[in-house]
Order: sequence, then structure tokens, then C-alpha cells
Amino acid sequence: MNTNNNSCCSAEDKSNFSKYSESYVLTTKLTPLGFIPVISSKINFRDKLEHFKCRVSSFRNNYKIEPGLYALGTPDESSEVFVTANYKYTFDVLRKELNNFNCWILVLETGGINVWCAAGKGTFGTEELVEKIKETQLERLVSHKRLILPQLGAVGISAYEVENQSGFKVIYGPVKAEDIKSFIKNNYEAFENARRVKFPIWERIKVAPLELVPALKKFFYLSIVFLIFFGLRKEGIMFKDIYYIGLPMILLTFSALVSGAILVPVLLPFLPFRSFALKGCVTGLIAPLISLFCFSNFLLILFCWIFLPAVSSFTALLFTGTTTYTSPSGVTKELKIGLPIYIAGIVVCILILIIYKLSVLGVI
Amino acid sequence: MKYLKNVSTLEFDRNKCKKCLMCTVVCPHGVFKYENNEIKITDRDRCMECGACVNNCPYDAIKVNKGVGCAEAIIYSLLTGKEPKCGCCED
Repeated sequence: MNTNNNSCCSAEDKSNFSKYSESYVLTTKLTPLGFIPVISSKINFRDKLEHFKCRVSSFRNNYKIEPGLYALGTPDESSEVFVTANYKYTFDVLRKELNNFNCWILVLETGGINVWCAAGKGTFGTEELVEKIKETQLERLVSHKRLILPQLGAVGISAYEVENQSGFKVIYGPVKAEDIKSFIKNNYEAFENARRVKFPIWERIKVAPLELVPALKKFFYLSIVFLIFFGLRKEGIMFKDIYYIGLPMILLTFSALVSGAILVPVLLPFLPFRSFALKGCVTGLIAPLISLFCFSNFLLILFCWIFLPAVSSFTALLFTGTTTYTSPSGVTKELKIGLPIYIAGIVVCILILIIYKLSVLGVI
Repeated sequence: MKYLKNVSTLEFDRNKCKKCLMCTVVCPHGVFKYENNEIKITDRDRCMECGACVNNCPYDAIKVNKGVGCAEAIIYSLLTGKEPKCGCCED
């Protein structure tokens, strides 16, 4: 990358700002606003490793960069200003797609949350954008009055309000950073396709673990309860019952979790019904079918046919939080019908287990 | 992919509309379409009530009960009576 002649900075200047010492900062650039960090558009191995950690762990909860202005390439007063969130992953995707481009990037304080989620919460919002424009004195940096925002930022931004309050006109770019180049080539018009949020299979596979991982903790506690409950006899905890009943029950419950958290996301468009609770019920029928080969006791099989589809159904319903097309009105409708059924189902399941245990213990 | 039928609270007042086309730009599911010199709602079952159109309509022609379609957030709201909030995007 070409470094600008204006770029110069002593170690002293750098030490004042933590954002200058980050690995993606190449140098600094002297502008009418003072020194602005010049960033790289390259994603290195460390970035990639961090992105992977974001996918699988709570690492993503504190993966942020300092808000403010950054320079990419050798921008000048006529260069475009791209606005983004201060979630590092989002920032990385943007700078990668803007390679070979000279522009400014204005990073808003969204608490390290991506554009769409932050816009939904209002942190990627009109107020924050107007404040950042004023705080950075953007009008002294560029001679034009244009800002390019990701389209999904519109959930939190009101373009006409921003213009009223700051004089800057908001242009909504495409949904995805990967379409920015064609957006610019096409004279700042996004193609219809780039304006739509989709939910293709590889994305569904990528996000599916987000549901399964937090459920595993609850599953662990339930497993201990199952082991003790099914192993319990008058004589004490019986290993035989743990092995033949407790363990299969745990495995069946795990497969019901996978049905709801993995199968539903992956098979989403191919499953019948639009309701997520019902989609989860459908995939949740696999586990009770398997239970027919595990148990001969009628009460245990009955328990499986109620409990396992309910687990799968509820897990699938929780996936609505990760999808790109579910509405609050729809989810509320599902919950108002579903929650009483789940609660009734759990009560029935507990009763069945009590009757089962009493009969095993010879009480009834 | 479409979600439940006839649940969206989206309302459009064509009398207030000045055809600035912002709604057709911001909607992530292409619910609004400009056709025959008029803005039309193509398929309201595709609306996810994100509120981008309402935010960006300078003429107050669109209404929707904006929110997130997330079960965890809505369960929290139903149980506590507070605004929907989920743990997944919180610090």
C-alpha cells in the first residue's frame, strides 16, 4: 500500500492513543483534524484466528475497536466516508472489501456489536452518528456532504434526521460489504440483489452452534438429574439402571437438542410449516422413534414422545433470534400459543416420571 | 423463506407518500416496490418489522410495531413486562 507523504508520526504521538498501536494500523496521516490512523486492508492470521473465536465463544462479547476516524489508502478531502460499527469483526470485513480504495472510515460506538444488532438496539443510531460527525469535526476533513452507510444501519438511522441535524446526506450502501465495489462502480446504486438479506445454507450452518453451545450447560445439569433419578432404587443408586435407562435418556435428549439447534437451521426451507416451534416438533420426532428401540416400559416411551419433541421445538423457537426474517409479532404469536403447551408438557412429563419411579420402586 | 402469515403490523398510507423511494432502498426483504408511479406493498408476510422503512420515511406514511423477532428477548418481555431484551448481543 502506498503511504502518504503527510504520514509521519513519532513514537510519542502514537503512545497517546491506543488505536494507533493496533496491528491493523500501518501509520498515521496528518490532516486538518490532526493525526488520523491509516489502516491496512489486509486480514492477517491473528485476525482470522480471532474471527474463529468469535464464532465459537464469548470472545465476541468484547471484540471491539476504538470509535472515531480512520484512513484507508491515501484519502483526501473529496474521498468517501464509510460509516460502520466498532465490532472488530465488522470493521475487518469492511476494510478487507475496501482494498485498493482511498477512503475515510467513521467508526461509531456500538459497544462492540455488529451493525444490524446495534441498529436494532438503537446504538447504531441517528443520535450516535450525528454526535460522531460533530465530535470528529468531519466537515473540516472532507469538502463534500456524503456518508455511505450499510443498508442494515437503516434500522437505527433516520437518513433525513441525520441530514437535518448535521447537513450530511446518508447514502445507504448494500447489505453486505462484499457488494460495495459493485455499488461504487454502479454509481452508488446497489443492485436489487445486494439490497436483500438472505439466509443461505452455509450461513445457517455457521450460526447454528450459537444455539447449541449455551444449551449445553443446561443439558449437563439435566444429565446429572437423569442419572440420579433413573439409577435410584431402594437399595441405592443402581449402575444397571443408569446404564440401560439413564444413559440412553441422556443421549436421546442430546439428539433432541441437536434436532432443534442444528437440524432445524440447516434444513430450514425444506421443513414443513412456517412456525419454528412446529419445525422443531417435526425434527424432534426422530428421537422418540429411536426411543422405541431403547425402552420397553410404556411410561418411558410415553415420556419420550412428549419430552423430546418439546425440547427440540423450544430449541428451534430460540433460533428465531439468529434468523434474518422473523418478526416480533410472529414470535410473540408462537410464544403465546407455545409456552402454555411447553409448560403443560413438562408438568405431564414430571408426573409420568413420578408414576414410573413409584412403580419401579414397587410402591404402586 | 417466509415467516407466519398475516402477523405483520406494517401499515402504509399512500396519501402521505411522496414517492421518495427510501422505503424501497432500506427494506431488507423488498416489501416495497415502485410500480406504475406508485409505491406498493408486494408481500407483507415478508416484513420482519425491523422498522427501517418507518425511520427513513420523511413523510410519516409508514407505521409498524418495530422490534426484534427473537424468542429469548420476547420471553423476557412476556415474563417481566419490560422491553424485549436478550443476552446474546449484550456485553
